[in-house]
Amino acid sequence: MLEINNLRSRIDDSEILRGLSLSVRAGEVHAIMGPNGSGKSTLAQVIAGHEDYEVTAGTVTYNGQDLLELEPEERAREGIFLGFQYPVEIPGVNNAYLLKAAVNARRKHQGLGEVDAFEFLKLAREKMATLGMDPKFLNRGVNEGFSGGEKKRNEILQMAMLEPSLAILDETDSGLDIDALKAVAAGVNALRSPERAIILVTHYQRLLDYVEPDYVHVLSQGRIVRSGDKSLALELEEKGYEWVREAANA
Amino acid sequence: MATESENLESLVNRRYEHGFITDIETDSLPPGLNEDVIRAISARKHEPPFMLEWRLQAYRQWLEMTEPAWAHVRYPKIDYNEISYFSAPKSDDDRPKSLDEVDPKLLETYDKLGIPLHERARLAGVAVDAVFDSVSVATTFKEKLSEAGVIFCSFSEAVQEHPELVQKYLGTVVPRRDNFFAALNAAVFSDGSFVYIPKGVRCPMELSTYFRINAANTGQFERTLIIADEGSHVSYLEGCTAPMRDENQLHAAVVELIALKDAEIKYSTVQNWYPGDENGVGGIYNFVTKRGDCRGANSKISWTQVETGSAITWKYPSCLLRGDNSVGEFYSVAVTNNLQQADTGTKMIHIGRNTSSTIVSKGISAGRAQNAYRGLVRIMPQAHGARNHTQCDSLLIGKECGAHTFPYMEIRNPSARVEHEATTSKISADQLFYCRQRGLSEEDAVNMIVNGFCKEVFKELPMEFAVEAQALLNVSLEGAVG
Repeated sequence: MLEINNLRSRIDDSEILRGLSLSVRAGEVHAIMGPNGSGKSTLAQVIAGHEDYEVTAGTVTYNGQDLLELEPEERAREGIFLGFQYPVEIPGVNNAYLLKAAVNARRKHQGLGEVDAFEFLKLAREKMATLGMDPKFLNRGVNEGFSGGEKKRNEILQMAMLEPSLAILDETDSGLDIDALKAVAAGVNALRSPERAIILVTHYQRLLDYVEPDYVHVLSQGRIVRSGDKSLALELEEKGYEWVREAANA
Repeated sequence: MATESENLESLVNRRYEHGFITDIETDSLPPGLNEDVIRAISARKHEPPFMLEWRLQAYRQWLEMTEPAWAHVRYPKIDYNEISYFSAPKSDDDRPKSLDEVDPKLLETYDKLGIPLHERARLAGVAVDAVFDSVSVATTFKEKLSEAGVIFCSFSEAVQEHPELVQKYLGTVVPRRDNFFAALNAAVFSDGSFVYIPKGVRCPMELSTYFRINAANTGQFERTLIIADEGSHVSYLEGCTAPMRDENQLHAAVVELIALKDAEIKYSTVQNWYPGDENGVGGIYNFVTKRGDCRGANSKISWTQVETGSAITWKYPSCLLRGDNSVGEFYSVAVTNNLQQADTGTKMIHIGRNTSSTIVSKGISAGRAQNAYRGLVRIMPQAHGARNHTQCDSLLIGKECGAHTFPYMEIRNPSARVEHEATTSKISADQLFYCRQRGLSEEDAVNMIVNGFCKEVFKELPMEFAVEAQALLNVSLEGAVG
């Protein structure tokens, strides 16, 4: 589904990704771990198409097409979803309005008709119930005055509604209490299917207690320095990132 | 991947879609201004002597006044002798009695603007007194209104049919010598709308006038007078578009609202005059004096405006809160793009006891535009228990535009409660990326963010007007992302 080959990327004058390669197939859940500044978030932003990050070398293909050629909105409509680490507030814009516009942009791209308001609300309420979200959230401004945990749940709600083929969650687990973490994990697990792939970018292995990854990769200085199964995450937890750095330098 | 600036350019280059000129013969006076011109205007309109006298006095007062220079706008000096002060469609002498008699070319113009009078007016239940250039050519729903006792007609007609009302109220809110442009208007105003709602009547429909500037080189001097008698209620909509042309057009309208005891007037404007091309050439100069007088106790006047057009806007819809417990409101969205300049705001003058006013102003600047809010809240010594809340927000799109806020407060009564909140923000790259990551195009994302910003004002507009305003905003800001 996603093939990243020797990817190099920079922001302003500093190179963040330095020859990163990763292969993700449908049905898989990958966890990307690593110390601060190792390039985890950059990887997520580059896949989503953030224009501040310049790709200087390497290729990214998604379902056989050159992903780097596509605008961010085209990537989204092709089924790539990024759960943001810091979701922005958009004052005055109804949460339901953005969500419905997003769902319909994707449906239109897929050649499906737009969902009507009734259908949309029904679906949204169902998804919100499973996430333990108050339906009143739909009528609030996008992330406006939301707590950290509410913002993250809102990201998961958007993901659940959009049913992406490839979901990338950028530190969605950070700053969550245990209830919110469980709700987020339930949302992610509900999305797991043989047609979809999920990339979890995380600093801690805590989330992985609830969402079991097929692969764990450790990022250091813009490159994947170790890959393994879920036991790698436990090993990291125990030995700390210093151990990775040493491994990278070795 | 197309770069942002390429997108921007192609979008900005979209021409103003309402830019066309209808080819109708006009019966105009030659350019120039003197007492003979004023006599000629008055004669053509068969005005009674009091009207001519009023105009002449205004003209003499205007001659002694100087053009104001305090606004945060710049424009080349206007030569008032190069303007033609009267232009009417040729068919003026034989005015149509119904839409069937209206020049088909005119109807076509409305069609191009998406205002098919006969269809839309009926469907929407809106009476339309359409001002084409200076003379009203079609009035609908008149019968239904007259059943309720409501007078809704062109100003010229009101001068003929209801001179006593005109004489009683004209110039009582905006005096002739109120300001330079108001004096000019008083001297040469060509036509406009007149509304009288009798005691205790709730106007059965929203009243709507579409203004349109058409004849080249003709200044527009509309005059609107709305009187809501005791206990009455009216909602009035004003909207306009204008054709594309090369010379600047001066528009100096005057609107006077009078709300007597327990009466309420809601005045909504969507203004979409030609703003000039991307270099600012050819746009309308919109120098308007709008003022409402809450003359009676418990009266209320509410201004809602969405300003997207004009090269220069100079406009401060205001309220004189004279009646005890009277209420004034001002809700405004002003959008400026390219080289547009706007200096707009309001004045709330608290005179009566327990008067209250609300000001919500949303300014949006894009391109190299300058947008200024100028507001005055004055609490007079006798205005015990006055309250004001002002909220003034600016949104910047791009790096070359500017937003300016000039709030003035004069509080002469210690019991007053006056609050002022102001914010300035930018559409952030993060907001745009977030929306695009959810599959929205950049343009849709900007529109959505801007509409969210304006929500508090849009919800004050009548439903169909709100939809129109939103669409207009989207057109005005196309490609404004930088």
